[in-house]
Amino acid sequence: MDRRKFIKNTGLVMGGVIGGSLFGGLLTNQFQSEPASKETVVEDDGKNARIFFNRKEDFDVLSAAVERIYPEDDNGPGAVWLGVPYFIDRQLAGEFGNNGKEYMQGPFKDINNSERYQSRLNRGDMMLEGLRTMNQVSLKKNNESFDKIEGEKQDEILAAFEEGKVKMKGASTESFFQLLRQMTIEGAYADPLYGGNRDMMGWKMREFPGPRPAYINEIESEEFVKHDPISLKDYQP
Amino acid sequence: MPKKLDKVDVVVVGTGWSGGVVSAELAKAGYKVVALERGEDKSTKDYIGAKDELRYMSRKYIMQDLSLETITSRTDMDKTALPVRTQDEMMVGNNLGGSSVHWAGATYRWNPFEFEIRSEIEKRYGKDRIPEGSLLRDWGISYDEIEKYYDRWEKTAGISGEEDPIGAERSSEYPNPPTVETPNLRLFKDAAKELGYHPFQISSANVTQTYENPDGQMINQCQYCSYCTHYGCDFGAKSDPIVTVIPTAKETGNFELRTHAYARRVTYDGKKATGVIYVDMMTGQEYEQPADVVVLGAFTLANNRLLMMSQIGKPYDPKTKTGVIGRNFTGQFNITFLGAHGFFNDKKFNLHMGGGALGATFSDLTGEHIDNSKTDFLHGGGVEIRQYGDAPINNNMVPKGTPSWGKEWKEKSLFYANRHLTVWFTPGVLPWWHNYLDLDPTYKDTFGDPLLRVTNKYTDQDRNIAKYGIEKSKEIMEKMGADIVDVDEVPEEFDHVYNGAHYAGGVTMGEDPETSAVNTYLQMWDAENLFVVGASAMPHFGDRHPTATVGALAYRAAEGIEKYLKGDGGLLIKPKN
Repeated sequence: MDRRKFIKNTGLVMGGVIGGSLFGGLLTNQFQSEPASKETVVEDDGKNARIFFNRKEDFDVLSAAVERIYPEDDNGPGAVWLGVPYFIDRQLAGEFGNNGKEYMQGPFKDINNSERYQSRLNRGDMMLEGLRTMNQVSLKKNNESFDKIEGEKQDEILAAFEEGKVKMKGASTESFFQLLRQMTIEGAYADPLYGGNRDMMGWKMREFPGPRPAYINEIESEEFVKHDPISLKDYQP
Repeated sequence: MPKKLDKVDVVVVGTGWSGGVVSAELAKAGYKVVALERGEDKSTKDYIGAKDELRYMSRKYIMQDLSLETITSRTDMDKTALPVRTQDEMMVGNNLGGSSVHWAGATYRWNPFEFEIRSEIEKRYGKDRIPEGSLLRDWGISYDEIEKYYDRWEKTAGISGEEDPIGAERSSEYPNPPTVETPNLRLFKDAAKELGYHPFQISSANVTQTYENPDGQMINQCQYCSYCTHYGCDFGAKSDPIVTVIPTAKETGNFELRTHAYARRVTYDGKKATGVIYVDMMTGQEYEQPADVVVLGAFTLANNRLLMMSQIGKPYDPKTKTGVIGRNFTGQFNITFLGAHGFFNDKKFNLHMGGGALGATFSDLTGEHIDNSKTDFLHGGGVEIRQYGDAPINNNMVPKGTPSWGKEWKEKSLFYANRHLTVWFTPGVLPWWHNYLDLDPTYKDTFGDPLLRVTNKYTDQDRNIAKYGIEKSKEIMEKMGADIVDVDEVPEEFDHVYNGAHYAGGVTMGEDPETSAVNTYLQMWDAENLFVVGASAMPHFGDRHPTATVGALAYRAAEGIEKYLKGDGGLLIKPKN
């Protein structure tokens, strides 16, 4: 199967998986005229394993939170389907999560500064502490873990963290929330090679074509020019 | 003890436009040049296939590793400075070519007004108009004198441009034709014309046709692929030192590049610099490289810190307003590049296509042309629209009032992904007695040396000029027909985020050693064989992007160094006082 056909097919398969609302969204784009194929190859089924989050309960809280930040809707899938929790898991296990290129020497004078990064915690620690604090708030308030409560209740807790109304150890909850939000967006839109943006659906929803060599022949067009996206896997020499 | 190496003619710290131009010119003139680069060796090969937004734009892959060294920052001299800890808050280029690799490529000659700013303001508006506490002064060089160096650098870089209809006189045309006029740029230009301005295409180091520069280096044609600012170019089509001056220097056979070479001190005998001490970061071995001429061609911050660490030149003391090193620090931070955001409900633009310098602008509101007799600020600014090529992680503009996450945010950010445009204002920044650089008393780098400390706060001048720029940007965006026009807010205070890479001063040029560190050949008053090249020499920040002026000053310095090496030594220009 050639690449072009593959992209179209996976788009349609996904429409079936997620349901009618997504399919409706897809009808407005390039998949419109393509008939559904019975023999579809799903290259990426979204299954993965964790390398940073040891406890599944922490990962479940993360998954619930990122889905509220970037939910499934008529435009297409949400953060969980896109693989954002696994993206975050991988990023936190590496240089970004352990602040490998950041200045982490003391003294740490203003660890709760929400405007500037002055925490002693690296991003991995900050994420873990923030998620656990969120879960404790949920257990206290709702007698249920964060991932089990209704979406609107999850939003209330997320908003309280965003506004710094809750205290956590080692950093401000505003800083934690900003990190969570930033990494959610990254996971939705980074090249699929990092484990998110599954099937490039993040890009397709915003008609972003991924890495392409040249637009010199199209850039002056008065009309919006659509492209099937490609990822680095198919771009890099 | 550092291992002492054999003496060379010239040792250069840094390989960006400053260090690169000087290295190429002196190597071409037959001098033995050693260049020290703290980062890795890089070539176009490293950037082929580099179209990865997460790695380059979000994770700042080719920027300075802050675990080794950063800066500290505060607003007032009575406050404790805190370190700028993360790459999200700090952007300084690293590796061969330095910041001149990740740059966008927008090039402007600064107006004649900039070089004689104090005299011009006094002449136009009277002596009383110079604000109290401002360190504004002339540069000691006029536009007419610097013009030939601009011309030389533009040819080296293959700048692709259109003449500014109200710009200063040029001795020759741009070497390459301007970038393409896309529908969104045309919309801006039409609106600007209707408002009586004189728009033109931003001149660009995204080169518009295959070009051979005067040194015989080939630069490829820009494809508007959009992976430009923050990236190294996939095609060798963005002019940078890697495709121009560095290979030129190498081809002479007189140039030796040492990468992973972290400069720590300039050695100094009280009258002259004798060499540079650096660490080979691969082995840990410390070396002393003696030379007849020492050139600091690193970034503004590094040039300042190296002089302070080496105790060369009198450090600036804000309490007495005496001393020079660290004086006249300026930069473009969160109070610059503000403007208006337009959201179009029925129009879609090809925003995923573009180039770093692809854009349009006009000069009618710059310090040269504006009438400051009626404004509550001095100086002016450029007005720009750019088409960088928007990638999805870092471009999620939504109308004001939209939540910052959740269903509504997702819906609006997707809808407007290709339906928003920004017009912004690039104001000139004046130097103040209370904004300066020195060494931090607390925080240390990886070697145990003090970090550089920035003290920088805003004044009413900064807030008023920003307000004006936002208002003008809004008028244009409304004329462009946006359905929703949002404006940026003027920040009360500096946020300590250094993400624009436009920081200047501290080792400024001038005519008087009481207020300047170097003469107009960028030769230090206190060490005749030490030349400090780069934006560190700028006594204030002009109202356009700085790189062409950095390039021009580098050619000027190279000419001075050659004169110095050929002559009998001494200062090439004598102090005025």
